[in-house]
Amino acid sequence: MIEFRLDPRSGVAAYLQIVQQVRQALLLGMLAEGDRLPTVKQVVGMVAINPNTVLKAYRELEMAGLVVAKPGAGTFVTKTLTQSSITEHEPLRRELEAWLAKARAAGLTEAELDALIRATVRDTADEEK
Amino acid sequence: MTAIVEAHALGKRFGARWALADCTLNIPPGHVVGLVGPNGAGKSTLLKLACGLLTPTSGSITVLGGRPGSGREQIAKVGYLAQDAPVEPALSIADHLRLGAHLNPRWDKALASARIASLGLDPKQKAGKLSGGQRAQLALTMATSKHPQVLILDEPVASLDPLARRDFLKLLMDTVAEHGTSVILSSHLISDLERVCDYLVVLAAAQVRLVGEVEELTAVHRWITCTRRDADTLPAGVEVVSAKHTDRQSTFMVRSDTPMPPGDWVSEPVGLEDLVLTYMERGPASAGPLAPRNVESAR
Repeated sequence: MIEFRLDPRSGVAAYLQIVQQVRQALLLGMLAEGDRLPTVKQVVGMVAINPNTVLKAYRELEMAGLVVAKPGAGTFVTKTLTQSSITEHEPLRRELEAWLAKARAAGLTEAELDALIRATVRDTADEEK
Repeated sequence: MTAIVEAHALGKRFGARWALADCTLNIPPGHVVGLVGPNGAGKSTLLKLACGLLTPTSGSITVLGGRPGSGREQIAKVGYLAQDAPVEPALSIADHLRLGAHLNPRWDKALASARIASLGLDPKQKAGKLSGGQRAQLALTMATSKHPQVLILDEPVASLDPLARRDFLKLLMDTVAEHGTSVILSSHLISDLERVCDYLVVLAAAQVRLVGEVEELTAVHRWITCTRRDADTLPAGVEVVSAKHTDRQSTFMVRSDTPMPPGDWVSEPVGLEDLVLTYMERGPASAGPLAPRNVESAR
């Protein structure tokens, strides 16, 4: 079974932290298809959070097609995410590297790069909503 | 479903002083409600009104559809834990549980004993010999073993060390997960509230300053940082909650039900702590309408 931890200072909503930790566990192979996620009661006992937060995180994972809730039995992993899902995106990564090289050549500092990337990610995420 | 708490123009006066004034609330069921505010803001008064220990000077309040303290049925529905988790020092834990069984029609003896056992407490121990954390756990066990539909907790963790606080909140959330109990809890510890609460009521100077689901409240508020300018130059439809200016820079907390349009400013999310502190500070003299905003009713 995996364990969750919450960082109140991260600025990331608690349910998103759980979603991210499940995704990480899938990527790192700590969770695989057929594994059961901790029950809501177990999570609540681990990290002292609102049960609705856990339910919300699990619903989000279900909508992403990563887990399925079987009433009375628990929530089960339906998909294995391995490192390959990152390596599959190697072309994207190469484009990003090329872009970064251009940005540095244009004189952007690391802090400016970081701010630009974050702002762009945030703005485009807003547009998709 | 019936609201946990429904209050209309509720007020309570002690002598010449209004401890709570013109408080209107409608809190939907199934929530863990965090009640925050400075000392003397009226938190304890509101909680005591909700469980019938005080009667309103003006206005009205119902809890789960009933008038607080109006009879056995109503009292059985509401669990209340007063500030500092009072227990009887001379009585043992077992005595407390026996007392609970006698006083409450729906007392769950099995649950109470199981809780005490899982906490590793000896039923023969006198309550006066317990640590602060254990005393709080005993008091919470007493309040939950009567199977209330709503638990009202007045600063339950204020005097506990961080570990005992976490254990207390685990036990509380366990109750919520297991029995679907609604909870109203007052606290100064916003980081704790952030973990457990999904609904927020901010009180200051006897008045409700902010009400709503935590997620919605954090979604509609933004920090806007820009070159120095007046608040009224911001886009229409944006309510300015707070404004601070230096010689070069202006920082606004804004409330906007639609996404902030892009502009020559940096727009950042607002954390719960900043949100709470800003609304607490926002005095009657500040700009903008003072009427408490309720996201629920604005929909």
